[in-house]
This record gives sequence, C-alpha cells and structure tokens, in this order.
Amino acid sequence: MIRLEKRPTPSRFWMAATPLLAVALTMIAGGLLFAALGKDPFEAIRTIFWDPLFNEQFASYSRPQLLVKAGPLILIAIGLSLGFRAGIWNIGAEGQYIIGALCGAGVGLAFYPAEAWYIFPLMVIAGALGGWAWAMIPALLKTHFRTNEILVSLLLVYVAEQLLASMALGAMRNPEGGGFPGSRNLQQYPAASNPELIAGTGMHWGVVAAFIAVIFAYILLNRHMLGFQIRLTGESPRAARFAGVNPTALTLFCMGTSGALAGLAGLFEVSGPAGQISIDFNQNYGFTAIIVAFLGRLHPIGILLAGLLMALTYIGGELAQFMLGLPAAAIQAFQGMLLFFLLGVDVLTNFRIRFGRSEVA
Amino acid sequence: MKRRTLLAATALAIGFGGAAFAQDKTKVGFVFVGPIGDGGWTYEHNQGRLAVEAEFGDAVETVYQESVPEGADAERVLTQMALSGADLIFTTSFGYMDPTINVAAKFPDVKFEHATGYKRADNVSTYSARFYEGRAVQGHIAGKMTKSNIVGYIASFPIPEVIRGINSAYIHAKKVNPDVEFKIIWAYTWFDPAKEADAANALIEQGADVIMQHTDSTAPLAAAEKVEGVIGFGQASDMAEYAPSPRVTSIIDNWSPYYIARTKAVIDGTWESVDTWDGISTGMVGIGEITDAVPADVKAEALAIKDAIGAGEYHPFTGPLKKADGSDWLAEGEVADDGTLAGMNFYVEGITAEIPN
Amino acid sequence: MDLSAINPLVLMASIMVAATPILLAAIGELVVEKAGVLNLGVEGMMITGAICGFAIAVETGSPTIGFLAAMAGGAILSLVFGFLTQVLMSNQVATGLALTLFGLGLSALMGQSYVGVKPPATDKLDLGPLADIPVLGRVLFQHDLVVYLSLALVLVVWAVLKYSRAGLILRAVGENHDAAHALGYKVIRIRLMAIAFGGACAGLGGAYLSLVRVPQWTEGMTAGAGWIALAIVVFASWKPGRALLGAYLFGGVTVLQLNLQAAGVAVPVEYLSMSPYLITILVLVIMSADRSRAALNAPASLGRIFHASN
Repeated sequence: MIRLEKRPTPSRFWMAATPLLAVALTMIAGGLLFAALGKDPFEAIRTIFWDPLFNEQFASYSRPQLLVKAGPLILIAIGLSLGFRAGIWNIGAEGQYIIGALCGAGVGLAFYPAEAWYIFPLMVIAGALGGWAWAMIPALLKTHFRTNEILVSLLLVYVAEQLLASMALGAMRNPEGGGFPGSRNLQQYPAASNPELIAGTGMHWGVVAAFIAVIFAYILLNRHMLGFQIRLTGESPRAARFAGVNPTALTLFCMGTSGALAGLAGLFEVSGPAGQISIDFNQNYGFTAIIVAFLGRLHPIGILLAGLLMALTYIGGELAQFMLGLPAAAIQAFQGMLLFFLLGVDVLTNFRIRFGRSEVA
Repeated sequence: MKRRTLLAATALAIGFGGAAFAQDKTKVGFVFVGPIGDGGWTYEHNQGRLAVEAEFGDAVETVYQESVPEGADAERVLTQMALSGADLIFTTSFGYMDPTINVAAKFPDVKFEHATGYKRADNVSTYSARFYEGRAVQGHIAGKMTKSNIVGYIASFPIPEVIRGINSAYIHAKKVNPDVEFKIIWAYTWFDPAKEADAANALIEQGADVIMQHTDSTAPLAAAEKVEGVIGFGQASDMAEYAPSPRVTSIIDNWSPYYIARTKAVIDGTWESVDTWDGISTGMVGIGEITDAVPADVKAEALAIKDAIGAGEYHPFTGPLKKADGSDWLAEGEVADDGTLAGMNFYVEGITAEIPN
Repeated sequence: MDLSAINPLVLMASIMVAATPILLAAIGELVVEKAGVLNLGVEGMMITGAICGFAIAVETGSPTIGFLAAMAGGAILSLVFGFLTQVLMSNQVATGLALTLFGLGLSALMGQSYVGVKPPATDKLDLGPLADIPVLGRVLFQHDLVVYLSLALVLVVWAVLKYSRAGLILRAVGENHDAAHALGYKVIRIRLMAIAFGGACAGLGGAYLSLVRVPQWTEGMTAGAGWIALAIVVFASWKPGRALLGAYLFGGVTVLQLNLQAAGVAVPVEYLSMSPYLITILVLVIMSADRSRAALNAPASLGRIFHASN
C-alpha cells in the first residue's frame, strides 16, 4: 500500500529536483512517441532541447528568440502569480492581453502618420490601462457582488476575442491593406513600434519589462508588507483578516496588477514581434502563462525559468518539425506531456511517499 | 553591433553554402497556415510540395512547417528555414506578407515566393490563382440547375478575392437564369466545419438548392447530401468523395505546375522575381470532373465556357456590366483590368445584399 | 431583407442539432463541477472523442460502436486529469489547460489517416407517425438517437442530483469535501467517477460533431465548442434544466445569425456572438448578489485540492 504523507514544510531538495525529473520523464515518454511515429527519438529530443541553444547553424538566431517568445509569458505569469498566491484566480489574462493590445495599438493608429517621441509611451500607458480596466470587471464584481472571478474573467476572454475580430475587420483595418482583415503594421511606423533594442539579442521593451517585473515581484514578495499580506491571505484567509489585511483592496490590487501586466504584454507584442492587430494575433499567451506560473511554482525566479523552458519547447518544436518532418500535432502532444509530468511530480515537493500500511488509521 | 555582424556573417555563409550545395541538392521550404490534413487550402499546397519531390527526386529536398500562426512566429519560422539552408521558400498565406518581406531582406540569396500578396522584392515573387474563372463555370451550372432560383453562397471574409468569386458566379448564373437570386452568408472563417455546416443548413432551409462555398471544408457538401435535390461544388480540393451528387464539379487549386516550374528555375539559376496570376489556361485553376448529375447539354456549355476562358477568348468580367449602386462599370465588350479586379470591393448589379465592413 | 424565408419550426429543429454537442459536454462538466472539480480540459476531451468515434465508426462501419468508443476515449483522457489532480493533487486549472493542449495534439496524430474519409451515415430515428404531427413533428420527432439521448441525459442528471442518494453524496463532496470525508465517503473515488462521466459526455459530444453534424474528421474541428460548454455550465448556475436552455441559447445565436444573414439582414456578427457571454456574466452577477439564493452558487469546494489528512 502506497500512501502520501504531507511534509511539514515543502522539501527544498524536491523543489529543485522535480523539474529535472519531469523533463527526464518527458524525454522518455516523448521519445517513445517519436519512435512510434518512425522518427529517431534521440535526434528528436536533441533537436527540441539542444539545437535551439547550441546548434551552430541556428543558435545565434534562436537563442535570442527564446527571449522574444518567453518575454510575454513571463510578464503575464508574474502578474498572475501574485493573485494565485493570495487565492485570487484571474484566468482571463488572454482577454486582458487582447484588450491591452487593442487599446495600445488604437492610440498608435490614431496618431498615424505623426512622428513624435511621446506616441510610444502613450501607447504603453494605454495598453496597461486597457488590461487593468478589463481585469477590473471581474475584480469589482467579486468585491461588490461576490461573483466568482474565475468564471467572469474566463467569459470575458470570449468577449475580448469577438472585439478583436470586430476591430481587425472594421475600425482598425488597414485602409491600404487590399481589403484584408488586419491593421497597419506598427513595425513600419517608427513612432509606434517596439523594435529590437540591441540588434541580434531579441531584447525589446516587452522583454525588459518582463525582467523588471521579475525583480519587482521578488522584492515585493520577500521584502515588502504587501507581499507578506498576499502570502498570508493565500495560506490562511482568516488569519489574514485578523492581521488587518483588507481583502477588497488586496483583490483589486492583485487583479489590477495582473491585468495591467497582461495588457502591457499585449501592447509590446502587437507593436513589436506581431506588428499588427489581426484576427488571431493572440496566440493563447494568456492561457499558456497560467501554466508557466504554475510550472514556476508561483515563484518569480521559477517563472523566469519556466517561461524560458516553455519557449524552448516552442522553438525547438518548430525546428523538429521542418528538420525531421515531425507533425505539429506531435509537438503539441509532447508539450502536453511535459506539462503533465511537471504538474504531477510536484507532489513530491509537498508530500512524502510512504510504503506499507498506514499506522495512524 | 558585433552580434549583428555575426548574424549577417552566418546568413551570408549559409547563403553561399546553400548555393554551393545546390549543385547536387536544392532545398525547398514550405510554410503552411493550416494543418496539411485540412482537406482544402493547405492540403493542396502540400500536394504541390509532393509533386516537386516526385518531379525532381533526389535532386531536391523539401521541408515544411504546418499550422504556423501569421505574425511573429511566421518570421521566426522563415528565418530558421533560411538558416537551415533552404534555397527557395514558399509562404502560402496572405498573412505571411510582411514577415516574408522582412526575412527576405536578411537573406538576399534565398528566393521567396509569397501566395496571394502584393509586396515584391528582388528575391520575393508573388503568385495567386484566378479562382474567379472557375466561379464562372460554376455560376453557369448553378443558374441552369437551380429550381428554386435561390443560390446559397457561403463566403469567408469580405476581401476582394471572395467578392470577385461572388460576382463572377452571379454574372454567369444570371446570364442563363434571369430570375436567379443569391443569398450570401459571411462565415468569417476559412475553416470551421461546424459553422460551415450550420451556414449550409440555414441556406438550404431558406430555399437554396445550389450551395456554393468559399470556405475550405467538405461540411457544406455533407449538409447538401442530406437533402434531396440540393447540389454543391468542391472547393480548393476536388472533394470527389461527394460525387456524383451533391458535388457536381469543383474548383481545384493546382499549385504543382507552378511549384515545379519555380523549383526548376532555381536549379537552373534562371529564377527572377515575378508576379504570377494564373488561371485555367495554365492549369493553376482546375475544374473537377462534371458529373452525370448535370444534364449533358449543361455540361457541354460549362465545358465550352471553361475552354473559352482557357484559350483566352473569353473574360468572365466582360461588359456591359453595372455596379450594384447602378453606376456604370464596363461598357459593351470591355473587359475588366487586373487592377480593378485585384481591389474589387463592390458587387455587380443585381446582387441585393451589402458587403459588410 | 426577407424574414419570411426563415421558418421558425425548421430553425428550432436546427438549433436543437447545433446545440447537441455543447449540451452533452456541458451536462458532463456540470456533474464534474458539482463534485467540486473544475476541469478546463473539455475542449481536449471533445476533440479526442471526435476522432475516437470517427475512427472506430469508419473501421467498424457502425456509428453506434463509434459513439461508444468516443465515450471511452473521452473518459480515458479525463482520467489522466483525474489521476493528476486527485491522486497527485496538481492544480486543476493548470492541469485542465494542459489536457486541452495534449488532447488537441493527440487527436491530430490519431486522425492523420482519416482526413477526407466519409463516415458511415447515422440514421435518424424512425418515430413513425409521430414525425408527421404538424408543428411538433418537425421540431421534436425527426432527429437521430443522440439528440434524444442528450435530452434524456439532462433529465436523468437532474433527477439523480435532486432526488437520489448518489446525487446527495456527489453534492456533499462538492460543497465540503472535508465534511464528506469525515462522514466516510470516498471523496477521491467519487470525484474520479464524476470526472470520467464528464469525459465520456464530452467525448460523445465530440463524436456527434464528427459523425453527424459535420460529418467528417479534420484537425481542430471542435473550434472552441468545449469552451462554450464551460460557459454554459456557469450560465446554468449548475442546474441541468438551465444547461439545456443555455445550450440552446449559445447554439441558437450562431444558427440565428447565419439565418438572418441568409435572409439578407446586415447583422453585426461579432456583437451578436459575444452576447451570450455577456448574458452569462449578468446571470452570474444576479445570482451571486442575491444572498438569499446563495445556495444556487458555485459548489463551495470547486477547484480546491483535497487531501485526507489521515
């Protein structure tokens, strides 16, 4: 008989070892999958995990691309992790990401074709405000009507997606775009674009913002009263109330921050790597970021690493597709497996496995 | 700065390496917007890829990547493909236009071919097909075959290509059946089988007995099959599994000849940046077999239209034609110029619906 | 514009067919959530059911066996989620999202050789003279078996939850798992059963798409239906009868906008499409604002991790 026994405190050893164990397990299971598809499993695993980093042909390009792909994931996940720690569940980051992008791009397009230094900063503010406002809807409904924020924030994603479609086809459509849906390309409008800051590094303002967010979250959670309140609320809401934590203010802060960061991520993406508002420019970054937040154990440094790992599987997956002819679906299933293993082995951090009969019961 | 030169140097080295390597093996890359199993648009592009492999055998190597989102990911995929030593890359969706141009600027020695776009460069060609020529043949059959005089049309997005198709079909249906009426549904998707099925059902329930589609799944044909006397057409692929009825004929996107020709041009070193807009005459637009569900005389007329278009004797947009707002467009005998067709944003006279925007 | 072209009876019948997949998935998810588990992987289970059902129906030539296989496929996949969240106590939100990702990939792999294949036809149920009743006959008595099955399922789930002992236990587990455990109920076992039931329903809903409503197999063919099912459960405030209403509302909006377009009405498609979600949020607010009806709220243990301390 195997049973699980809760550890008094989470194991530090397993906290570090579980991600490695999960990656190892995924390599085995994924290898079997690739072998079943008739591909060399060792070559496939190497292409996904090794080539984007060290292959001489690609690495100089794909290494910086890791930052481009991981930047928005980290930025959103950092915001979400604050709320998740306090038991406030914003799972609508996808919607806040879209609205942030729409607001930011809207400001930029409104100025077209003016050239002024203040356009991009205004867009950044509009993006953050847009995401913040979209997150305030579930936040205020929760604080005023006790409405479940998981469900409202999720429902608002669909509303945001419809708004995006409406904007891409209507108000924001590029008048010189041959009638195709999609806005002007902001990359080609210098005052409103978010370019690579240092050529060949992948660094753009969104990546910078992600790093700043990691540092701030770390300081907030470890050195600041608010961080203490967040952790306390998550561990014991009643104790937090006795300690003088205002749950309404905390909800508004956590939801607002996560919304604003998601909005920023959307703005940086649409003005940088994506370039334009199009019907499906949102690529589930908001949902993927939830997974990243959990993979990173809701810890700022963990999220940084989890975001980079996630980005690695995307980019390595792309390489594996055209180098080895692996179908896109196999990569998707492989990523799903990686997540399953990462989430599953986490049990070892908080629980001890005991063999034999339970002595207490 | 150092890194930029490094990247440029890498690109250059690979470019030269690729060219040197090309003497024995040419590498051709394809970037697809959907899965190769979509049964429509991407499926046919992949058939073109396979045709290239079959034609040149060991002289070429093809690589592809499916389901690439338009935008940032496309640019990365293209760059990685170019870095991997591809000599020629086909990007097969309109949304890849800006990424293609951007990446092409970084890899001057790699040739790019972008489908359905309008931006070109020294190493970027564009290509597209005159699907409206096929619509003329379908429109004729639709006008002859409909008994309710209602033709249902499932459209994707209100863009010139789709509007051209509606106009072409309507003109030729109207020519043989003055009472014909078009009901148009905008599905706002290229590919969503459930929604396409719903759209087809809605049209059939409102009396349409001919269903035309500018979306890529076979769902509308499956919906047509369930109702006696309703016919439809294959789109992008032949969709022959629904022949002889409801699928009475089809428009087939046949990219194989073009892909083979362009690959050969790269092998021979004769590749130049061109703008190709081909139709029935070169086989880029194929008309699938017209089945026996269509009476022999109608079939003969439809084939005559096809042959006339293919021979260049007839243009589907030949005057006199008026726009839907009543203004004159083409005078008697005048044919539409490619510029107007490429940016078409109006219906011809007789279509009562409005184009959404 | 010609609204007379829309026949309300035919429209109603179409809405019933369009709503069946999301109704099936929603009713399954409703039971899962009643047990206190939030499984966001409905989309992944639906698409897996769609290909399992399609492949088996094609291989055996029998849609019925296909539907059974779809239920099995959905249930097996859901138990991956069940094992992770119940036994290994992983976070339900993250695991559900991972399940969707995995399901979409897995189904596409399984379906590679089934693209462009035509499935065997699913017959409409012959209800003889009933089908010829004016008005009602067209709306109610000309469907296939699965449509009736989905309606029956709503009724059964309603009755079981409301009147049976099993339903009581299920609700107890969802409201307060610690108390239910103290009373001697096997919380994890009950939740695993609920999760498997939800997976089977989602799988059946997916197969209805691939075998009847479309019918064909293509990658990603559920196109977000699973997410709509999740919204319906909320709209329904966890009541089976309202899930029926919700499914017809969500399914109806799509069918109605297409019909209006065909009739020549210029409809703002995006705004019409977002309306059911806004209505759902409104329902949710009204429900939670009214303290006297707090019992109608979400199951209290929804999404929370259970671990028996001894």
